[in-house]
Amino acid sequence: MVGWAIALHGGAGDIPIDLPDERRIPRETALRNCLDLGVSALKSGKHPLDVTELVVRELENHPDFNAGKGSVLTAQGTVEMEASIMDGKTKRCGAVSGLTTVVNPISVARLVMEKTPHIYLGFDGAEAFARAHGVETVESSHFITPENIARLKQAKEFNRVQLDYTAPTPKLPEVSGDSQIGTVGCVAVDSAGNLASATSTGGYVNKMVGRIGDTPVIGAGTYANHLCAVSATGKGEYIIRATVAREVAALMEYKGLSLTEAAAYAVEQSGPRGCCGLVAVSANGEVAMPYNTTGMFRACATEDGYTEIAIWPKN
Amino acid sequence: MGKWAIAVHGGAGIDPNLPVERQEQAKQLLTRCLNLGVAALRSNVSAIDVVELVVRELETDPLFNSGRGSALTENGTVEMEASIMDGTKRRCGAVSGITTVKNPISLARLVMDKSPHSYLAFSGAEEFARKQGVETVDNDYFVTEDNVGMLKLAKEANSILFDYRVPLIGCAGAAVNDSPLQMNGLPISIYAPETVGCVVVDREGRCAAGTSTGGLMNKMMGRIGDSPLIGAGTYASELCGVSCTGEGEAIIRSTLARDVSAVMEYKGVGLQEAVDYVIKHRLDEGFAGLIAVSNKGEVVCGFNSNGMFRGCATEDGFMEVAMWE
Repeated sequence: MVGWAIALHGGAGDIPIDLPDERRIPRETALRNCLDLGVSALKSGKHPLDVTELVVRELENHPDFNAGKGSVLTAQGTVEMEASIMDGKTKRCGAVSGLTTVVNPISVARLVMEKTPHIYLGFDGAEAFARAHGVETVESSHFITPENIARLKQAKEFNRVQLDYTAPTPKLPEVSGDSQIGTVGCVAVDSAGNLASATSTGGYVNKMVGRIGDTPVIGAGTYANHLCAVSATGKGEYIIRATVAREVAALMEYKGLSLTEAAAYAVEQSGPRGCCGLVAVSANGEVAMPYNTTGMFRACATEDGYTEIAIWPKN
Repeated sequence: MGKWAIAVHGGAGIDPNLPVERQEQAKQLLTRCLNLGVAALRSNVSAIDVVELVVRELETDPLFNSGRGSALTENGTVEMEASIMDGTKRRCGAVSGITTVKNPISLARLVMDKSPHSYLAFSGAEEFARKQGVETVDNDYFVTEDNVGMLKLAKEANSILFDYRVPLIGCAGAAVNDSPLQMNGLPISIYAPETVGCVVVDREGRCAAGTSTGGLMNKMMGRIGDSPLIGAGTYASELCGVSCTGEGEAIIRSTLARDVSAVMEYKGVGLQEAVDYVIKHRLDEGFAGLIAVSNKGEVVCGFNSNGMFRGCATEDGFMEVAMWE
């Protein structure tokens, strides 16, 4: 019998080291609260699917992360949210894209997994499905924050797609990969070795309407099997082509690497510096949180007492 | 200079009682598409261009489940999806929820080449298509009489039907009795995906892959399958190009296309062994098939379903079009 473990993230990106307190502290507090929530749930014997869903719901509800409320805006100033969830033991999964009124996209992803013979629903079809199942919906304006309106304006001024966090001090467009707080995710394993992964996002600032990123693509942003559970974050286009989440598991499976080695390698080979990060847990209760960006909002805990809440490298 | 190789497919899982004329039509279409690709390869067209032109041909012909002849949603409309990948730099493009674009594979290519993204869907994809000036038609262009009939049968059976064109005279009732084989919980006479795909390696050793489909008959609006998902239905790397077809959910769960390449990369085995391995060990209870080429000029088809519409050819002169084992 191994111990439980949990890891969660609030996005990897060029998060400036001089992030002002009023932006840093609320996010750190949120990470801590979500970690506590997840740990309590694991301690009370909840299945990792339930644990990851409830942690991601909490992150979606928090306006400072790029998921649910606080999602970044499309080129048209609207919100299009996507999410996916996967169960390691059975490899069942669910995903949604193009949600505009659903308060918690991750829960709709779970419903797709459990209540339909399909894996992935998008746009109008996904919204209709959500309504048919009575999930909570609101006016789209609920999700839009002043911060994100400002980010969109900035992005349009630079006339390019950017990830959703930009340092207040002006940077030359070609220098900054653009910091982001984008995407939230959670992975968990219980003492019986059940694994699950859940990821949710609003996508890229100024993205084209209809743009789908890595988050709802099983194998890219989310993956879980009997060995590990992985949730990735960063530049979606790189994560898709490198099938980052699946990569961690494939390296463990086919090359016999440990979780730490596999996770580090997957991030490394995903693309140039600044393109991604991930959180992962293994069936043995290990945790890994590698990233090749300036920072990644992250937190983890294991049954033997290890806890970490961090944004940048530890030193 | 290496040798080229090409494979095409028109779906995994075939009714053993499939009428002979349909078998013939399928073989003719596969042969025609294969020859198109071969001619292009002989004139040194690049792998990615060959994949696109061959899949366009498969989409345009109403026989298989892509482009014209696509399976219908629960509302009787067509929603198509496709993806394409260039192994050289692992660039990729994908589209879903396409309703007016004549050739979804070409739109996927434009997403790859002309947009800052990898995957566009529904109205956003259609808007992009208009801006790019691609050929568009009304949704009923894609709808065939055969499929209207099949949708009706599916609704009567009140179950999801994968695309299958049994002549309306031979109704599903009779077919069900004749075919004890099942795919996705349904008798194989009323389920056959007939997604299309093509994989190519050119003389430069560049691999590419593409897949296109209308999806499941009577599917929910907005349902996305494996075909547009990079790593599931389509994948290409420096080592190989792969296109899958079959039970979409099984292909997604097993990231089938990606796994062929991963097994080659991380276990250091060749294409045949990698394909055999993933078909045998990755599909669990799912039924699917795939075609694959390697940068060494090899071509392999693998499937655990009852047959797969396929064709392959190599520069050495090998050419084969087949349906069964």
